[in-house]
Amino acid sequence: METYSLLREFADSWMLLALTLVFVAVIAWAFRPGSRPTHDEIASSIFRNDDKPAADSADRAKEART
Amino acid sequence: MWDYIKLIALGVITVLAAIGANYARDPAYLANALTIMLTAGGLFLWFVRQTGEPKLVASEGEYFDGVVRAGVIATAVWGVVGFLVGVMIAFQLAYPSLNFEWAQGYANFGRLRPLHTSAVIFAFGGNALIATSFYVVQRTCAARLWGGNAGWFVFWGYQLFIVLAASGYLLGATQSKEYAEPEWMTDLWLTVVWLAYLAVFMGTLFKRKEPHIYVANWFYLAFIITVALLHVVNNLSIPVSVFGSKSVQVFSGVQDAMVQWWYGHNAVGFFLTAGFLGMMYYFVPKQAERPVFSYKLSIIHFWALIFLYIWAGPHHLHYTALPDWAQTLGMVFSIMLWMPSWGGMINGLMTLSGAWDKLRTDPIIRMMVVSIGFYGMSTFEGPMMSIKAVNSLSHYTDWTIGHVHSGALGWNGMITFGALYYLTPKLWNRSGLYSLKLVSWHFWLATIGIVLYASSMWVSGIMEGLMWREVDANGFLVNAFADTVSAKFPMYVVRGLGGVMFLTGSLIMCYNLWMTVRAQPERASENAFVPAE
Repeated sequence: METYSLLREFADSWMLLALTLVFVAVIAWAFRPGSRPTHDEIASSIFRNDDKPAADSADRAKEART
Repeated sequence: MWDYIKLIALGVITVLAAIGANYARDPAYLANALTIMLTAGGLFLWFVRQTGEPKLVASEGEYFDGVVRAGVIATAVWGVVGFLVGVMIAFQLAYPSLNFEWAQGYANFGRLRPLHTSAVIFAFGGNALIATSFYVVQRTCAARLWGGNAGWFVFWGYQLFIVLAASGYLLGATQSKEYAEPEWMTDLWLTVVWLAYLAVFMGTLFKRKEPHIYVANWFYLAFIITVALLHVVNNLSIPVSVFGSKSVQVFSGVQDAMVQWWYGHNAVGFFLTAGFLGMMYYFVPKQAERPVFSYKLSIIHFWALIFLYIWAGPHHLHYTALPDWAQTLGMVFSIMLWMPSWGGMINGLMTLSGAWDKLRTDPIIRMMVVSIGFYGMSTFEGPMMSIKAVNSLSHYTDWTIGHVHSGALGWNGMITFGALYYLTPKLWNRSGLYSLKLVSWHFWLATIGIVLYASSMWVSGIMEGLMWREVDANGFLVNAFADTVSAKFPMYVVRGLGGVMFLTGSLIMCYNLWMTVRAQPERASENAFVPAE
Protein backbone atom coordinates (compact mmCIF):
# COMPACT_ATOMS: atom_id res chain seq x y z
CA MET A 1 0.00 0.00 0.00
CA GLU A 2 1.33 3.46 -0.77
CA THR A 3 2.24 5.67 2.17
CA TYR A 4 -0.61 8.10 1.55
CA SER A 5 -3.33 5.45 1.62
CA LEU A 6 -1.77 3.73 4.61
CA LEU A 7 -1.57 6.93 6.63
CA ARG A 8 -5.02 7.99 5.61
CA GLU A 9 -6.53 4.68 6.59
CA PHE A 10 -4.79 4.86 9.95
CA ALA A 11 -5.88 8.47 10.45
CA ASP A 12 -9.58 7.88 9.82
CA SER A 13 -9.77 4.72 11.92
CA TRP A 14 -7.50 4.12 14.92
CA MET A 15 -6.22 7.66 15.30
CA LEU A 16 -9.72 9.08 15.06
CA LEU A 17 -10.87 6.62 17.69
CA ALA A 18 -7.93 7.39 19.96
CA LEU A 19 -8.39 11.17 19.74
CA THR A 20 -12.13 10.88 20.34
CA LEU A 21 -11.50 8.74 23.43
CA VAL A 22 -8.91 11.20 24.75
CA PHE A 23 -11.41 14.00 24.24
CA VAL A 24 -14.21 12.12 26.01
CA ALA A 25 -11.86 11.18 28.83
CA VAL A 26 -10.82 14.81 29.33
CA ILE A 27 -14.46 15.92 29.54
CA ALA A 28 -15.31 13.05 31.90
CA TRP A 29 -12.34 14.00 34.07
CA ALA A 30 -13.62 17.56 34.33
CA PHE A 31 -16.94 16.23 35.62
CA ARG A 32 -15.46 13.73 38.05
CA PRO A 33 -17.15 13.66 41.46
CA GLY A 34 -15.48 15.92 43.96
CA SER A 35 -13.99 18.26 41.35
CA ARG A 36 -16.21 21.19 42.28
CA PRO A 37 -14.25 22.48 45.30
CA THR A 38 -11.00 22.16 43.31
CA HIS A 39 -12.45 24.08 40.39
CA ASP A 40 -13.91 26.77 42.64
CA GLU A 41 -10.55 27.11 44.27
CA ILE A 42 -8.72 27.54 40.93
CA ALA A 43 -11.36 29.94 39.64
CA SER A 44 -10.82 32.22 42.62
CA SER A 45 -7.02 31.93 42.50
CA ILE A 46 -6.83 35.01 40.27
CA PHE A 47 -7.92 37.18 43.19
CA ARG A 48 -4.73 36.66 45.19
CA ASN A 49 -1.07 37.52 44.59
CA ASP A 50 -2.04 40.60 42.62
CA ASP A 51 0.83 42.82 43.71
CA LYS A 52 3.72 40.52 44.43
CA PRO A 53 4.69 36.86 44.04
CA ALA A 54 3.72 34.44 46.78
CA ALA A 55 6.20 33.86 49.53
CA ASP A 56 7.57 30.36 50.05
CA SER A 57 5.03 27.63 50.63
CA ALA A 58 5.89 27.32 54.33
CA ASP A 59 4.95 30.97 54.94
CA ARG A 60 1.79 30.62 52.95
CA ALA A 61 0.61 27.63 54.95
CA LYS A 62 1.06 29.76 58.07
CA GLU A 63 -0.89 32.62 56.52
CA ALA A 64 -3.71 30.30 55.58
CA ARG A 65 -4.08 29.19 59.18
CA THR A 66 -4.29 32.70 60.61
CA MET B 1 31.98 35.20 30.60
CA TRP B 2 28.40 35.49 29.32
CA ASP B 3 29.01 39.20 28.71
CA TYR B 4 31.95 38.46 26.44
CA ILE B 5 30.04 35.83 24.46
CA LYS B 6 27.24 38.33 24.01
CA LEU B 7 29.62 41.03 22.79
CA ILE B 8 31.36 38.67 20.37
CA ALA B 9 28.03 37.47 18.99
CA LEU B 10 26.75 41.02 18.52
CA GLY B 11 30.00 42.04 16.83
CA VAL B 12 29.84 39.09 14.44
CA ILE B 13 26.18 39.80 13.62
CA THR B 14 26.99 43.45 12.91
CA VAL B 15 29.77 42.50 10.51
CA LEU B 16 27.71 39.81 8.78
CA ALA B 17 24.78 42.22 8.36
CA ALA B 18 27.15 44.81 6.88
CA ILE B 19 28.43 42.21 4.41
CA GLY B 20 24.82 41.29 3.62
CA ALA B 21 23.97 44.94 3.01
CA ASN B 22 26.96 45.27 0.70
CA TYR B 23 25.98 42.30 -1.47
CA ALA B 24 22.20 42.83 -1.20
CA ARG B 25 20.35 41.89 -4.37
CA ASP B 26 17.16 43.80 -3.68
CA PRO B 27 16.09 46.89 -1.71
CA ALA B 28 14.08 44.93 0.88
CA TYR B 29 17.07 42.79 1.77
CA LEU B 30 19.27 45.88 1.89
CA ALA B 31 16.90 47.66 4.27
CA ASN B 32 16.62 44.59 6.49
CA ALA B 33 20.38 44.05 6.57
CA LEU B 34 20.95 47.70 7.48
CA THR B 35 18.30 47.49 10.22
CA ILE B 36 19.98 44.41 11.69
CA MET B 37 23.42 46.01 11.40
CA LEU B 38 22.33 49.17 13.21
CA THR B 39 20.45 47.23 15.90
CA ALA B 40 23.28 44.78 16.59
CA GLY B 41 25.89 47.55 16.44
CA GLY B 42 23.89 49.76 18.77
CA LEU B 43 23.42 46.92 21.23
CA PHE B 44 27.14 46.17 21.05
CA LEU B 45 28.01 49.75 22.05
CA TRP B 46 25.36 49.71 24.75
CA PHE B 47 26.69 46.50 26.30
CA VAL B 48 30.32 47.63 25.99
CA ARG B 49 29.51 50.72 28.03
CA GLN B 50 27.92 48.53 30.69
CA THR B 51 30.69 45.95 31.13
CA GLY B 52 32.30 46.11 34.51
CA GLU B 53 29.41 48.05 36.02
CA PRO B 54 27.83 46.36 39.02
CA LYS B 55 24.69 44.53 37.97
CA LEU B 56 21.33 45.04 39.58
CA VAL B 57 19.88 41.75 40.68
CA ALA B 58 16.15 41.53 40.16
CA SER B 59 14.19 40.69 43.25
CA GLU B 60 12.27 37.41 43.23
CA GLY B 61 9.85 39.15 45.58
CA GLU B 62 8.54 41.38 42.79
CA TYR B 63 6.79 40.81 39.49
CA PHE B 64 8.66 41.61 36.28
CA ASP B 65 6.33 44.37 35.12
CA GLY B 66 8.73 46.53 33.10
CA VAL B 67 8.28 44.37 30.03
CA VAL B 68 4.50 44.40 30.46
CA ARG B 69 4.51 48.22 30.62
CA ALA B 70 6.57 48.33 27.44
CA GLY B 71 4.12 45.90 25.88
CA VAL B 72 1.14 48.08 26.79
CA ILE B 73 2.78 51.10 25.13
CA ALA B 74 3.74 49.07 22.05
CA THR B 75 0.22 47.67 21.75
CA ALA B 76 -1.35 51.13 21.84
CA VAL B 77 1.14 52.62 19.39
CA TRP B 78 1.06 49.75 16.86
CA GLY B 79 -2.71 49.69 17.17
CA VAL B 80 -2.98 53.30 16.03
CA VAL B 81 -0.50 52.68 13.19
CA GLY B 82 -2.37 49.58 12.03
CA PHE B 83 -5.79 51.27 12.16
CA LEU B 84 -4.42 54.30 10.32
CA VAL B 85 -3.06 52.19 7.49
CA GLY B 86 -6.39 50.35 7.43
CA VAL B 87 -8.31 53.60 7.03
CA MET B 88 -5.89 54.63 4.30
CA ILE B 89 -6.39 51.48 2.23
CA ALA B 90 -10.16 51.56 2.81
CA PHE B 91 -10.23 54.99 1.15
CA GLN B 92 -7.81 53.84 -1.54
CA LEU B 93 -10.41 51.26 -2.52
CA ALA B 94 -13.16 53.89 -2.55
CA TYR B 95 -11.05 56.56 -4.26
CA PRO B 96 -8.33 54.92 -6.39
CA SER B 97 -6.65 58.31 -6.91
CA LEU B 98 -5.31 57.93 -3.37
CA ASN B 99 -2.83 55.45 -4.85
CA PHE B 100 -0.58 58.44 -5.42
CA GLU B 101 1.54 58.42 -8.54
CA TRP B 102 4.64 59.56 -6.66
CA ALA B 103 4.30 56.70 -4.17
CA GLN B 104 3.72 53.92 -6.70
CA GLY B 105 5.55 50.80 -5.72
CA TYR B 106 5.70 51.79 -2.06
CA ALA B 107 2.38 53.09 -0.78
CA ASN B 108 -0.15 51.72 -3.23
CA PHE B 109 -2.90 49.36 -2.05
CA GLY B 110 -0.96 46.19 -2.85
CA ARG B 111 1.96 47.21 -0.63
CA LEU B 112 -0.08 48.73 2.18
CA ARG B 113 -2.58 45.91 2.54
CA PRO B 114 -0.13 43.35 4.03
CA LEU B 115 1.29 46.19 6.12
CA HIS B 116 -2.20 46.78 7.55
CA THR B 117 -3.01 43.12 8.24
CA SER B 118 0.37 42.39 9.80
CA ALA B 119 0.33 45.62 11.82
CA VAL B 120 -3.05 44.92 13.38
CA ILE B 121 -2.71 41.15 13.80
CA PHE B 122 0.95 40.71 14.65
CA ALA B 123 2.02 44.11 15.93
CA PHE B 124 -1.13 45.21 17.80
CA GLY B 125 -2.53 41.76 18.59
CA GLY B 126 0.83 40.10 19.10
CA ASN B 127 2.12 42.74 21.48
CA ALA B 128 -1.17 42.63 23.39
CA LEU B 129 -0.84 38.85 23.69
CA ILE B 130 2.79 38.93 24.79
CA ALA B 131 2.20 41.71 27.32
CA THR B 132 -0.97 40.23 28.82
CA SER B 133 0.41 36.69 28.85
CA PHE B 134 3.44 37.90 30.80
CA TYR B 135 1.15 39.75 33.20
CA VAL B 136 -1.33 36.91 33.64
CA VAL B 137 1.17 34.09 33.93
CA GLN B 138 3.00 35.88 36.74
CA ARG B 139 -0.17 36.68 38.70
CA THR B 140 -1.74 33.26 38.33
CA CYS B 141 1.50 31.42 39.09
CA ALA B 142 2.37 33.82 41.91
CA ALA B 143 5.93 33.77 40.58
CA ARG B 144 8.26 36.22 38.85
CA LEU B 145 8.74 35.74 35.12
CA TRP B 146 11.31 33.04 34.40
CA GLY B 147 14.52 33.77 32.55
CA GLY B 148 15.46 37.26 33.79
CA ASN B 149 16.12 39.49 30.82
CA ALA B 150 14.80 36.88 28.37
CA GLY B 151 11.49 38.70 28.75
CA TRP B 152 13.14 41.84 27.35
CA PHE B 153 14.68 39.80 24.54
CA VAL B 154 11.22 38.55 23.59
CA PHE B 155 9.77 42.06 23.62
CA TRP B 156 12.50 43.81 21.65
CA GLY B 157 13.08 40.82 19.40
CA TYR B 158 9.41 40.91 18.47
CA GLN B 159 9.54 44.65 17.74
CA LEU B 160 12.54 44.02 15.49
CA PHE B 161 10.55 41.33 13.69
CA ILE B 162 7.73 43.83 13.10
CA VAL B 163 10.09 46.49 11.75
CA LEU B 164 11.83 43.98 9.45
CA ALA B 165 8.52 42.65 8.15
CA ALA B 166 6.95 46.09 7.66
CA SER B 167 9.94 47.63 5.88
CA GLY B 168 10.21 44.49 3.76
CA TYR B 169 6.57 44.77 2.62
CA LEU B 170 6.92 48.38 1.54
CA LEU B 171 10.04 47.53 -0.46
CA GLY B 172 8.43 44.51 -2.08
CA ALA B 173 9.52 41.46 -0.09
CA THR B 174 6.65 39.00 0.22
CA GLN B 175 6.26 35.26 -0.15
CA SER B 176 2.63 35.94 -1.15
CA LYS B 177 1.09 33.79 1.56
CA GLU B 178 -1.71 35.63 3.31
CA TYR B 179 -0.77 36.53 6.92
CA ALA B 180 2.59 34.81 6.34
CA GLU B 181 4.04 37.40 3.98
CA PRO B 182 7.46 37.95 5.64
CA GLU B 183 10.35 36.42 3.76
CA TRP B 184 12.75 33.76 5.00
CA MET B 185 15.19 35.91 7.00
CA THR B 186 12.40 37.59 8.92
CA ASP B 187 10.75 34.19 9.49
CA LEU B 188 13.95 32.75 10.91
CA TRP B 189 14.25 35.64 13.34
CA LEU B 190 10.64 35.25 14.47
CA THR B 191 11.31 31.55 15.13
CA VAL B 192 14.15 32.45 17.49
CA VAL B 193 12.06 35.04 19.31
CA TRP B 194 9.07 32.74 19.54
CA LEU B 195 11.07 29.88 21.06
CA ALA B 196 12.42 32.31 23.65
CA TYR B 197 8.81 33.37 24.34
CA LEU B 198 7.81 29.73 24.80
CA ALA B 199 10.75 29.16 27.15
CA VAL B 200 9.91 32.20 29.29
CA PHE B 201 6.24 31.25 29.51
CA MET B 202 6.87 27.56 30.25
CA GLY B 203 9.66 28.40 32.68
CA THR B 204 7.27 30.58 34.67
CA LEU B 205 4.68 27.80 34.71
CA PHE B 206 7.30 25.36 35.98
CA LYS B 207 8.30 27.58 38.90
CA ARG B 208 4.74 28.48 39.86
CA LYS B 209 3.77 28.64 43.50
CA GLU B 210 0.09 27.97 42.89
CA PRO B 211 -0.80 24.28 42.78
CA HIS B 212 -2.96 24.60 39.65
CA ILE B 213 -2.44 26.19 36.28
CA TYR B 214 -5.27 28.66 35.75
CA VAL B 215 -7.23 28.14 32.52
CA ALA B 216 -6.10 31.42 30.94
CA ASN B 217 -2.58 30.03 30.87
CA TRP B 218 -3.74 26.92 29.02
CA PHE B 219 -5.11 29.11 26.26
CA TYR B 220 -1.94 31.21 26.14
CA LEU B 221 0.24 28.10 26.05
CA ALA B 222 -1.83 26.50 23.29
CA PHE B 223 -1.47 29.73 21.34
CA ILE B 224 2.31 29.88 21.75
CA ILE B 225 2.94 26.23 20.89
CA THR B 226 0.57 26.07 17.95
CA VAL B 227 1.82 29.30 16.41
CA ALA B 228 5.38 27.97 16.64
CA LEU B 229 4.30 24.82 14.80
CA LEU B 230 2.26 26.64 12.16
CA HIS B 231 4.92 29.24 11.53
CA VAL B 232 7.70 26.72 10.99
CA VAL B 233 5.75 24.41 8.67
CA ASN B 234 4.14 27.11 6.55
CA ASN B 235 7.42 28.94 6.06
CA LEU B 236 9.50 25.99 4.88
CA SER B 237 11.20 27.65 1.94
CA ILE B 238 14.56 27.77 0.26
CA PRO B 239 16.12 31.18 -0.37
CA VAL B 240 17.22 31.84 -3.92
CA SER B 241 20.33 33.55 -2.57
CA VAL B 242 21.59 34.26 0.95
CA PHE B 243 21.92 37.88 -0.19
CA GLY B 244 18.37 38.24 -1.49
CA SER B 245 14.94 38.22 0.06
CA LYS B 246 13.29 35.97 -2.52
CA SER B 247 12.62 32.35 -1.52
CA VAL B 248 10.84 29.38 -3.03
CA GLN B 249 8.30 27.28 -1.13
CA VAL B 250 9.09 23.64 -0.45
CA PHE B 251 5.49 22.58 -1.09
CA SER B 252 3.82 23.25 -4.38
CA GLY B 253 0.36 23.35 -5.91
CA VAL B 254 -2.59 22.23 -3.83
CA GLN B 255 -0.34 20.93 -1.05
CA ASP B 256 1.06 24.42 -0.65
CA ALA B 257 -2.46 25.86 -0.66
CA MET B 258 -3.56 23.41 2.02
CA VAL B 259 -0.52 24.11 4.21
CA GLN B 260 -1.11 27.84 3.79
CA TRP B 261 -4.74 27.63 4.93
CA TRP B 262 -3.97 25.14 7.64
CA TYR B 263 -1.66 27.93 8.82
CA GLY B 264 -4.03 30.75 7.94
CA HIS B 265 -7.08 29.41 9.69
CA ASN B 266 -5.18 28.36 12.76
CA ALA B 267 -3.58 31.78 12.90
CA VAL B 268 -7.19 32.88 13.38
CA GLY B 269 -7.94 29.95 15.68
CA PHE B 270 -4.94 30.07 17.93
CA PHE B 271 -3.50 33.58 17.57
CA LEU B 272 -6.73 35.56 17.41
CA THR B 273 -8.96 33.16 19.34
CA ALA B 274 -7.09 30.98 21.84
CA GLY B 275 -4.66 33.71 22.87
CA PHE B 276 -7.39 36.32 23.26
CA LEU B 277 -9.55 33.81 25.16
CA GLY B 278 -6.68 33.65 27.61
CA MET B 279 -7.17 37.40 28.01
CA MET B 280 -10.92 36.97 28.41
CA TYR B 281 -10.59 34.31 31.10
CA TYR B 282 -8.37 36.56 33.19
CA PHE B 283 -9.47 40.15 32.61
CA VAL B 284 -13.24 39.69 32.51
CA PRO B 285 -13.40 37.98 35.94
CA LYS B 286 -10.90 40.51 37.32
CA GLN B 287 -12.81 43.53 36.06
CA ALA B 288 -16.15 42.04 37.17
CA GLU B 289 -14.57 41.03 40.48
CA ARG B 290 -16.23 37.63 40.25
CA PRO B 291 -14.72 34.25 39.39
CA VAL B 292 -15.50 32.83 35.97
CA PHE B 293 -19.09 31.53 35.63
CA SER B 294 -18.14 27.86 35.26
CA TYR B 295 -14.61 26.57 35.48
CA LYS B 296 -15.76 23.18 34.14
CA LEU B 297 -17.18 24.87 31.06
CA SER B 298 -13.88 26.66 30.54
CA ILE B 299 -12.09 23.29 30.55
CA ILE B 300 -14.51 21.90 27.98
CA HIS B 301 -14.22 25.13 25.97
CA PHE B 302 -10.46 24.70 25.89
CA TRP B 303 -10.29 21.05 24.85
CA ALA B 304 -13.10 21.28 22.31
CA LEU B 305 -11.47 24.33 20.72
CA ILE B 306 -8.06 22.64 20.60
CA PHE B 307 -9.43 19.40 19.16
CA LEU B 308 -11.61 21.01 16.50
CA TYR B 309 -9.92 24.19 15.27
CA ILE B 310 -6.88 22.53 13.76
CA TRP B 311 -9.04 20.75 11.13
CA ALA B 312 -11.06 23.73 9.93
CA GLY B 313 -8.53 25.18 7.45
CA PRO B 314 -9.80 23.48 4.25
CA HIS B 315 -12.95 25.63 4.27
CA HIS B 316 -10.79 28.38 2.74
CA LEU B 317 -10.38 26.17 -0.32
CA HIS B 318 -13.95 25.21 -1.20
CA TYR B 319 -14.46 24.45 -4.90
CA THR B 320 -10.72 24.36 -5.58
CA ALA B 321 -8.36 21.55 -6.59
CA LEU B 322 -8.36 20.33 -2.98
CA PRO B 323 -9.91 16.82 -2.72
CA ASP B 324 -13.62 16.91 -1.95
CA TRP B 325 -13.29 14.88 1.25
CA ALA B 326 -10.85 17.45 2.64
CA GLN B 327 -13.24 20.30 1.82
CA THR B 328 -16.11 18.49 3.52
CA LEU B 329 -13.91 17.69 6.52
CA GLY B 330 -13.03 21.37 6.89
CA MET B 331 -16.67 22.34 6.64
CA VAL B 332 -17.86 19.77 9.20
CA PHE B 333 -15.21 20.71 11.73
CA SER B 334 -15.98 24.41 11.24
CA ILE B 335 -19.63 23.77 12.01
CA MET B 336 -18.74 21.72 15.08
CA LEU B 337 -16.79 24.75 16.30
CA TRP B 338 -20.09 26.42 17.05
CA MET B 339 -20.25 24.32 20.19
CA PRO B 340 -17.08 25.46 21.98
CA SER B 341 -17.36 29.03 20.67
CA TRP B 342 -20.80 29.52 22.07
CA GLY B 343 -19.91 27.65 25.24
CA GLY B 344 -17.08 30.09 25.72
CA MET B 345 -19.22 33.09 24.92
CA ILE B 346 -21.85 32.01 27.44
CA ASN B 347 -19.13 31.40 30.01
CA GLY B 348 -17.73 34.89 29.49
CA LEU B 349 -21.07 36.65 29.57
CA MET B 350 -22.47 34.71 32.51
CA THR B 351 -19.41 35.64 34.56
CA LEU B 352 -21.31 38.90 34.97
CA SER B 353 -24.41 37.22 36.38
CA GLY B 354 -25.24 38.97 39.59
CA ALA B 355 -23.12 41.95 38.56
CA TRP B 356 -25.03 43.13 35.51
CA ASP B 357 -25.42 46.56 37.12
CA LYS B 358 -21.70 47.08 36.40
CA LEU B 359 -22.65 47.45 32.73
CA ARG B 360 -24.26 50.74 33.62
CA THR B 361 -21.42 52.13 35.70
CA ASP B 362 -18.27 50.60 34.24
CA PRO B 363 -17.51 51.31 30.57
CA ILE B 364 -14.60 48.87 30.67
CA ILE B 365 -16.94 45.97 31.50
CA ARG B 366 -19.21 47.23 28.74
CA MET B 367 -16.31 47.00 26.31
CA MET B 368 -15.51 43.46 27.40
CA VAL B 369 -19.15 42.38 27.10
CA VAL B 370 -19.42 43.81 23.60
CA SER B 371 -16.20 42.05 22.70
CA ILE B 372 -17.57 38.70 23.91
CA GLY B 373 -20.75 39.45 21.98
CA PHE B 374 -18.71 39.97 18.82
CA TYR B 375 -16.82 36.76 19.58
CA GLY B 376 -20.14 34.93 19.59
CA MET B 377 -21.37 36.73 16.48
CA SER B 378 -18.31 36.21 14.34
CA THR B 379 -17.93 32.58 15.45
CA PHE B 380 -21.54 32.07 14.41
CA GLU B 381 -20.99 33.77 11.08
CA GLY B 382 -17.75 31.92 10.34
CA PRO B 383 -19.10 28.35 10.46
CA MET B 384 -22.13 29.49 8.49
CA MET B 385 -19.85 30.90 5.78
CA SER B 386 -17.86 27.66 5.74
CA ILE B 387 -20.94 25.73 4.56
CA LYS B 388 -20.26 25.05 0.89
CA ALA B 389 -23.58 26.42 -0.37
CA VAL B 390 -23.12 29.68 1.54
CA ASN B 391 -19.46 29.83 0.63
CA SER B 392 -20.28 29.68 -3.08
CA LEU B 393 -21.98 33.03 -2.57
CA SER B 394 -19.69 34.59 0.02
CA HIS B 395 -16.24 33.52 -1.14
CA TYR B 396 -14.04 36.20 -2.73
CA THR B 397 -16.60 38.88 -1.81
CA ASP B 398 -16.50 41.68 0.75
CA TRP B 399 -18.60 39.55 3.08
CA THR B 400 -15.38 37.76 4.06
CA ILE B 401 -13.73 41.08 4.84
CA GLY B 402 -16.73 42.13 6.92
CA HIS B 403 -16.60 38.84 8.82
CA VAL B 404 -12.90 39.18 9.55
CA HIS B 405 -13.36 42.72 10.83
CA SER B 406 -16.31 41.95 13.08
CA GLY B 407 -14.02 39.39 14.66
CA ALA B 408 -10.84 41.47 14.65
CA LEU B 409 -12.24 44.90 15.53
CA GLY B 410 -15.08 43.64 17.69
CA TRP B 411 -13.62 40.70 19.52
CA ASN B 412 -9.83 41.18 19.45
CA GLY B 413 -9.85 44.96 19.44
CA MET B 414 -12.41 45.46 22.19
CA ILE B 415 -11.03 42.82 24.57
CA THR B 416 -7.56 44.32 24.09
CA PHE B 417 -8.83 47.83 24.82
CA GLY B 418 -10.52 46.46 27.94
CA ALA B 419 -7.28 44.81 29.02
CA LEU B 420 -5.27 48.00 28.36
CA TYR B 421 -7.72 50.06 30.44
CA TYR B 422 -7.45 47.48 33.22
CA LEU B 423 -3.66 47.20 33.07
CA THR B 424 -2.53 50.81 32.81
CA PRO B 425 -3.55 51.99 36.31
CA LYS B 426 -2.27 48.71 37.79
CA LEU B 427 1.10 48.79 36.06
CA TRP B 428 1.86 52.45 36.68
CA ASN B 429 0.42 52.26 40.18
CA ARG B 430 -2.30 54.84 39.61
CA SER B 431 -5.49 55.15 41.59
CA GLY B 432 -7.69 54.86 38.53
CA LEU B 433 -8.16 55.87 34.93
CA TYR B 434 -7.91 59.55 33.99
CA SER B 435 -11.43 59.69 32.60
CA LEU B 436 -14.21 57.12 32.44
CA LYS B 437 -16.14 59.51 30.22
CA LEU B 438 -13.46 59.21 27.55
CA VAL B 439 -13.67 55.43 27.85
CA SER B 440 -17.38 55.76 27.08
CA TRP B 441 -16.57 57.90 24.05
CA HIS B 442 -14.08 55.32 22.88
CA PHE B 443 -16.64 52.57 23.45
CA TRP B 444 -19.37 54.21 21.39
CA LEU B 445 -17.08 55.37 18.59
CA ALA B 446 -15.59 51.91 18.26
CA THR B 447 -18.91 50.07 18.48
CA ILE B 448 -20.68 52.28 15.94
CA GLY B 449 -17.60 52.13 13.73
CA ILE B 450 -17.67 48.33 13.73
CA VAL B 451 -21.41 48.24 13.04
CA LEU B 452 -20.93 50.58 10.05
CA TYR B 453 -18.03 48.47 8.85
CA ALA B 454 -19.72 45.08 9.18
CA SER B 455 -23.10 46.08 7.81
CA SER B 456 -21.66 47.89 4.78
CA MET B 457 -19.56 44.83 3.98
CA TRP B 458 -22.56 42.52 4.34
CA VAL B 459 -24.51 44.60 1.84
CA SER B 460 -21.56 44.97 -0.48
CA GLY B 461 -20.49 41.31 -0.25
CA ILE B 462 -23.90 39.77 -0.81
CA MET B 463 -24.65 42.20 -3.62
CA GLU B 464 -21.33 41.40 -5.23
CA GLY B 465 -21.84 37.64 -4.89
CA LEU B 466 -25.32 37.86 -6.41
CA MET B 467 -24.11 40.08 -9.25
CA TRP B 468 -21.27 37.70 -10.10
CA ARG B 469 -23.57 34.73 -10.43
CA GLU B 470 -26.43 36.48 -12.22
CA VAL B 471 -27.06 34.98 -15.67
CA ASP B 472 -29.57 35.95 -18.32
CA ALA B 473 -32.05 33.66 -20.09
CA ASN B 474 -29.34 32.43 -22.47
CA GLY B 475 -26.94 31.58 -19.67
CA PHE B 476 -24.61 34.55 -20.19
CA LEU B 477 -23.26 36.50 -17.24
CA VAL B 478 -25.12 39.77 -16.81
CA ASN B 479 -22.50 41.82 -14.99
CA ALA B 480 -18.91 42.59 -15.78
CA PHE B 481 -16.50 42.69 -12.84
CA ALA B 482 -16.23 46.46 -13.18
CA ASP B 483 -20.03 46.74 -12.72
CA THR B 484 -19.71 45.25 -9.23
CA VAL B 485 -16.83 47.59 -8.44
CA SER B 486 -18.82 50.71 -9.25
CA ALA B 487 -21.90 49.36 -7.44
CA LYS B 488 -19.85 48.94 -4.28
CA PHE B 489 -18.69 52.55 -4.09
CA PRO B 490 -21.18 53.84 -1.46
CA MET B 491 -20.49 50.85 0.78
CA TYR B 492 -16.76 51.48 0.50
CA VAL B 493 -17.23 55.05 1.71
CA VAL B 494 -19.34 53.89 4.66
CA ARG B 495 -16.72 51.28 5.51
CA GLY B 496 -14.00 53.92 5.44
CA LEU B 497 -16.03 56.15 7.76
CA GLY B 498 -16.52 53.23 10.16
CA GLY B 499 -12.76 52.83 10.15
CA VAL B 500 -12.27 56.54 10.89
CA MET B 501 -14.54 56.22 13.92
CA PHE B 502 -12.66 53.18 15.18
CA LEU B 503 -9.34 54.99 14.70
CA THR B 504 -10.63 58.09 16.51
CA GLY B 505 -11.68 55.90 19.43
CA SER B 506 -8.22 54.39 19.68
CA LEU B 507 -6.63 57.87 19.65
CA ILE B 508 -8.92 58.86 22.53
CA MET B 509 -7.76 55.74 24.35
CA CYS B 510 -4.10 56.67 23.86
CA TYR B 511 -4.74 60.15 25.25
CA ASN B 512 -6.65 58.70 28.20
CA LEU B 513 -3.92 56.17 29.02
CA TRP B 514 -1.23 58.82 28.65
CA MET B 515 -3.05 61.16 31.02
CA THR B 516 -3.64 58.29 33.45
CA VAL B 517 0.09 57.80 33.79
CA ARG B 518 0.91 61.51 33.77
CA ALA B 519 -1.81 63.17 35.77
CA GLN B 520 -3.41 60.64 38.06
CA PRO B 521 -2.24 60.48 41.68
CA GLU B 522 -0.32 57.42 42.79
CA ARG B 523 -2.25 54.60 44.35
CA ALA B 524 -1.98 54.62 48.12
CA SER B 525 0.69 52.23 49.33
CA GLU B 526 -0.46 48.82 50.50
CA ASN B 527 1.22 49.20 53.86
CA ALA B 528 -0.05 52.66 54.69
CA PHE B 529 -2.71 53.03 57.32
CA VAL B 530 -6.17 53.26 55.87
CA PRO B 531 -9.22 54.52 57.68
CA ALA B 532 -11.55 51.79 58.83
CA GLU B 533 -14.63 51.63 56.63
